[in-house]
Amino acid sequence: MWLWGSVTGSKASATGVLNGIGADVQLARLATQSCLGGRLEELRGRVVVLAVRDQLTAALAMIELDGVAQRMVLCPPDMSAEYLSSVAHDADADAWAVDARALDTAGNAIAIPVTAEPEPVRAALERCASQATEWILLTSATTGAPKLVQHTLVSLTSAFVHQPRAPDAVVWSTFYDIRRYGGLQIFLRAVYSGSMVLSSAAEPVADFLSRAGAAGVTHISGTASHWRRALMSGAASRIAPRYVRLSGEIADQAILDALRAAYPNATVAHAFATTEAGVAFEVGDGLAGFPASLVGATGDSVELKIRGDTLQLRSAGTATRYLGSHTASLRGSDGFVDTGDRVELRDGRYYFLGRSGGVINVGGLKVHPEEVEAVINAHPWVRMSRVMARRSAITGAVVAAEVVLADTAGAAGTRPADEALSQKIIEHCRLSLPAHKVPVMIRIVAALELSAAGKLVRPNA
Amino acid sequence: MSVRSTVISQFEEVAVAQHRKLARLTDDLRLLESGLDSLSFALIVVRLEDALGFDPFDSDEAIVFPVTFGDFVRLYENHPK
Repeated sequence: MWLWGSVTGSKASATGVLNGIGADVQLARLATQSCLGGRLEELRGRVVVLAVRDQLTAALAMIELDGVAQRMVLCPPDMSAEYLSSVAHDADADAWAVDARALDTAGNAIAIPVTAEPEPVRAALERCASQATEWILLTSATTGAPKLVQHTLVSLTSAFVHQPRAPDAVVWSTFYDIRRYGGLQIFLRAVYSGSMVLSSAAEPVADFLSRAGAAGVTHISGTASHWRRALMSGAASRIAPRYVRLSGEIADQAILDALRAAYPNATVAHAFATTEAGVAFEVGDGLAGFPASLVGATGDSVELKIRGDTLQLRSAGTATRYLGSHTASLRGSDGFVDTGDRVELRDGRYYFLGRSGGVINVGGLKVHPEEVEAVINAHPWVRMSRVMARRSAITGAVVAAEVVLADTAGAAGTRPADEALSQKIIEHCRLSLPAHKVPVMIRIVAALELSAAGKLVRPNA
Repeated sequence: MSVRSTVISQFEEVAVAQHRKLARLTDDLRLLESGLDSLSFALIVVRLEDALGFDPFDSDEAIVFPVTFGDFVRLYENHPK
C-alpha cells in the first residue's frame, strides 16, 4: 500500500485535482512529471525532512515521497526555525526537501528544492515503492521543541480506508494545514477518493471560502474556532457542502447549532482524534459529546475506555511510537493511548471537559502551561507563576496566568505598580512565545498553592 | 462610559497590543476585514467580560455569530444586564 498506488488504482483519484492558492494540479500529472526536478531517486531509502511553506507543494511532495523515503518528517509552516535542527536530529534525517530559497537549511545533507509546479522529467519516470515509509508528525511538547510521532500510511488511513467510497464526486477541503493530523486526515481522504482545495494561512477566510465554493467543495473540516471565524466572515454561504466536520477542539452545542443553521443541507459531524491515538469516532447526531455506548465496545476496530476521567484509545490508527531522545512511551502496557482529554458522563452521554495536566487548547493549538510559566518566571520581578486556561467562545480557550512577585529584583530598582508590571510581563512573553501562547491576562496574587509533594497545584490536573 | 465606547477602546487597545493595523470602526465594517485575527477577538471578548461583567457568547441559547462591527456592538448593548 502506497499513496501513488492509491491514485493510479482508483478512477476517482486518477481524475483528482489539488487546488492551491495559485494553481491547480491534476494528480494524474504525477505519472510523468515531478515536483522534485527529477531527483526523487536520490531520496530513496533516506530520512527526509519536508519543510516547505506552501500546502500544495507539501501535498505533491508527500505523494512522491511515500514508498520512496524510509521516513518523511512533516514540518508545519509555522514551526519555529530554531527547532528544525533538533527535529532533524531526533529523526536521524539525512536529506531535505525544501523551498528553493531555503536550500542552505540542510548543511551538508542532500537538499532538493520542491515546487508546486510539477515538470516533465528527462528520464522516464517510473514510480515504484520500495518500502512502507514512516510518516512523522510533529506535536507540541512541554519543552517547546516539538515531539515526533511516528505513523505509517496504514495507521493514518485506518479510519476510512475500509469504508465504501462515495458514489458521487467528492471535493474535500479543510481549514487545517495538511501537515497537522487533522488536515492530513482530510488530505489522505482526498487522495484516495477525489479532489481537494488546500487552504493557506495567508489567505483571508472569505477568499478561501470563495475559492472552495468555486471548486464545488462537498466535504470540509476545521476546528470549532475555524468554523466560528468562517461564520463571522459573512462569507459562510459561499460554500454549499454536504458534509461539515469539526475536530481538534471541543465542539459545543452552540457551534453545532450555528453550523446546522448555516448549512441546512449538510451533515454536521464532529470527530475526535489525536496525533498519537488516531481517530476515535465521529458523531453525526448534531449533539455535543458522544454516546456512552461507544465506550467499552469490543470487536470494533477502535476501542475506548475511561481511566480516571480521561479518555483512552486503542486502534489500528494509533501511532507506532515517539522518535528521538526526550520521549516516554506513547502507549500503555495494554496498548491504549492516554489522550489526555477529560470527560464527564451525564445522562448516557460523555461530554468533554478539557485537557488533563492543564494543557490548554487555543483554537486547536496545544499550549503546555509549563512552557509559558518558564518564560514568565524568567522575568526579573517574578518569583513563581501558574498558567491556566480561560474559556473563550472564539478560540475555545485562551491562556491566563497568576503570578507571585518578588520583593526585590536585583538591580531593577523600585517595583512598578501591579497593572504596569502585568503589562510588562505580557510584553516579555511576546518576545519569545508565539501569539497563542502569550497570556491574555496576568493576575498578581500573594501566593500559589503547592501540593504536599511541593508541586504547583493545578486545577483538574 | 457607554457600552459602545468600551467596545471601541478594547478594539483599539488589543490592536496595538497585537501589532495589528485596525480599520476604521464603522458599523458596516466586516469584523474579518478589521485587521484583527481570531486570537485578537478572543482577547477582546475576555477584556470586555472583565470590563462589563458578562460574555454574550457564553450562553446556552443559540448565538448568531456577529459579522460586522455593528453586530458585535449590538450583541453587547442588547445583552440583559
